[in-house]
Amino acid sequence: MATSLVLLQAVAELFPNGISRYAVGGLLVGLGTVVIYVGTGIPAGASTFLESTLSYVSDQSRFQRYVGSRDWRVVFTAGIVLGGLAFAATVQSGVVTTSLYEPGTTGTLYEVAGVTLWSTDVQPWRLFLGGILVGIGTRIGKGCTSGHGVCGVGSASKTSLVGVATFLTVAIGTAQVVAALGVSP
Amino acid sequence: MAERHPLFKPLVFVGGLLFGFGLGFSHMARPEVVVNFLLFEDLGLPFVMFGAAIVSGIAFALLPRIRDAAPLTGDPYERRLKPFDRNVLVGGAVFGVGWGLSGICPGAAYASLGVGNVTILWALGGMFLGAYAQGYWRSRSRAPEAAAAGAD
Repeated sequence: MATSLVLLQAVAELFPNGISRYAVGGLLVGLGTVVIYVGTGIPAGASTFLESTLSYVSDQSRFQRYVGSRDWRVVFTAGIVLGGLAFAATVQSGVVTTSLYEPGTTGTLYEVAGVTLWSTDVQPWRLFLGGILVGIGTRIGKGCTSGHGVCGVGSASKTSLVGVATFLTVAIGTAQVVAALGVSP
Repeated sequence: MAERHPLFKPLVFVGGLLFGFGLGFSHMARPEVVVNFLLFEDLGLPFVMFGAAIVSGIAFALLPRIRDAAPLTGDPYERRLKPFDRNVLVGGAVFGVGWGLSGICPGAAYASLGVGNVTILWALGGMFLGAYAQGYWRSRSRAPEAAAAGAD
């Protein structure tokens, strides 16, 4: 009895927001990937959009190779943005409630026209500098959290498993160093 | 490009909607939550990526046994494996530094904009800048690759 209580407490500390919102969210992300794959045979990743969209404004050969897919990638990204908005307008706004959703306490909530929106408190310089490195790294490394992490791991690609292990390990180290330097949020 | 099936883009859009809704619901679209995971303060986040990988992995494994080709493109259901080379390690490490610093990755950044996070435009601007810088450099440093890029 006492040991199981200690165990429960340890688990609660590791998962202060439970796991259901993460698992349900992951299920939906996977479902989105599957819908596209079933219809088109394409395992879609999110970061190619960065380069394919640059092909509209740049003649560089590196971007022009994505001309064939750039239109549907814009549609995919527009869907992701609006999917986020749909979440905000329903679950985040409390219009749809479910015990599977844990609202948490991060960032700042604000309201526009009855919709509860959310904004980060993480400092802009971190987002900008980190964004530059994400833009370089995902494109040189052949994929991101969705291309490698979801599609690649899902197809048991060794390249993607190595890619995920690399960025996950380095990201943990980076976040620990940044926090140790006293940067927050 | 050959004409696409009229339902091609609508289907991609619906897939994107689910994808974005999931990233919002899971809070992976919140940089704070990603950073908290990387600091081991909340270990729930892997359920998003690996949960999604399991769901898509089932489809990747089953579909080739059920049908030969995708209805909207006629493309075969096949594994499209990316070749491994040093770039996977170098790029992965650079991405890791960026992800660890900012707490945001590309798909989550698009969804984050949708949940109202206007501040994430800093990250999106950075991502385009970074993607442009590496593309500019790589277009110059080697002859254009003749092989067409994969669809992903």
